[in-house]
Amino acid sequence: MSSIASALPAASTGGEGGGMHMPTLDELFPAPFWTVGDWFEFNRIDLIRVIATVALVTLIYLGARRTSLVPGRGQSTFELAMGFVHKQICEAAMPPQLARRYLPFIATIFFGVLALNITGVLPFLNVSSNALVTVPMILAICAWVAFVRQGIKSHGLGHYLADNLFPKGAPKWMYVLLTPIEFLSTFILRPVTLTVRLMANMIAGHFLLTAFFVMTSYLLIEGAGALKGLALLTAAASFAFVVFEIFIAGLQAFIFAILTSVYIGLAQAEH
Amino acid sequence: MWLASGAPEGIGLFIPPWDDVIISLICLGAIALAVGKYAAPRYLEVLDQRAAMIEGGVRRAEAAEAEIAQIRAGLEAEKEEARVEAARVRQDAMSDAAAIVAEAKTKAGAEARRIEEAAQRQIDSERRAAEVSLRRDVGALAGELAEKIVGESLKDSALASRVIDRFLRDLESQSRAGKGV
Repeated sequence: MSSIASALPAASTGGEGGGMHMPTLDELFPAPFWTVGDWFEFNRIDLIRVIATVALVTLIYLGARRTSLVPGRGQSTFELAMGFVHKQICEAAMPPQLARRYLPFIATIFFGVLALNITGVLPFLNVSSNALVTVPMILAICAWVAFVRQGIKSHGLGHYLADNLFPKGAPKWMYVLLTPIEFLSTFILRPVTLTVRLMANMIAGHFLLTAFFVMTSYLLIEGAGALKGLALLTAAASFAFVVFEIFIAGLQAFIFAILTSVYIGLAQAEH
Repeated sequence: MWLASGAPEGIGLFIPPWDDVIISLICLGAIALAVGKYAAPRYLEVLDQRAAMIEGGVRRAEAAEAEIAQIRAGLEAEKEEARVEAARVRQDAMSDAAAIVAEAKTKAGAEARRIEEAAQRQIDSERRAAEVSLRRDVGALAGELAEKIVGESLKDSALASRVIDRFLRDLESQSRAGKGV
């Protein structure tokens, strides 16, 4: 357990006093503090992922453990959150019946991404596990499977592929160009952009915040005279970017969830 | 502090390490279970219950309204019926009253006739009795008179006979006149 406690303090850069250590990609791949044989390693990022998961599951349990027609405070918050996913994300892109059916899936994406994103601004955690490719990729694959499955279910494999790869109304020779482009954009680029958009946002957010934190502490501790005053400026900027990153954490979760909804809705509606 | 194990180069950044995948799947599985099997169904259940309750309330209100309208229509019909009934009863009472009055009139007429007849009979019988008594009295008077006349007849028998005749004639005419009255 002591290894876990020592793993938590985040600022791995700038602590040595030897100049300013700007963040690098390396800190997204910290050394493991727990290994099983030579195939399983558990590092700081994994720990953060687990903490976020436990926190989210606990919150959901607290919000939904006692549901009644006249909601209490916890249930109201819970219903507000689920209602947002239901009305603003699912029903915005799908007919009501389909929105109901996919609510569990889309809500998992939204709340999961949000919980894993938000660790990027929490003190002592300070990094989002979504800055690694793993979770975004798994969720993007799930989204891909979901919309392809819905397309095949609604129209049959042949019709679904034909609708997507051979858009109606184009001259025959155009399909030489159109079909590869459509294939790429629908079946390859959709999951890839879902993955990269989320991951890159979290990496960038982490760098942005860490850079301002490091600059602030460097200027404050090692800055000469008037330079210390600049620390005030970078501290204010840090605060502003923390607020901004909270917004980004929610926005990216929303984008991931609504794009998945839109893809499923399109797959069902195409004809 | 720990040592950074170092970021993979280039495309390696987009290839998830296996242990990372395992942890991620466990975490996402837990979240999917909590959200998909617990949160979403409970949310939808409450939503449906609430919708059903509202719908039920609206339906109940509509039913109550319909019932009220029905009762009101029933009352209206009953009122109309009562009015018709009252008019009929009044009509009946009027005709009954007329019949009763007519009957009473005929009865009274009959009674009056009966009384009149009885009175007439009594009058007749009384007159007859009076006549009989009168005849008897007249006979006595006649006898008395006759005695007087006989007493004086010795003087004028012719006169006496004339007086008697006249007397009897008068008596006769008197009695006829009295009977005629």
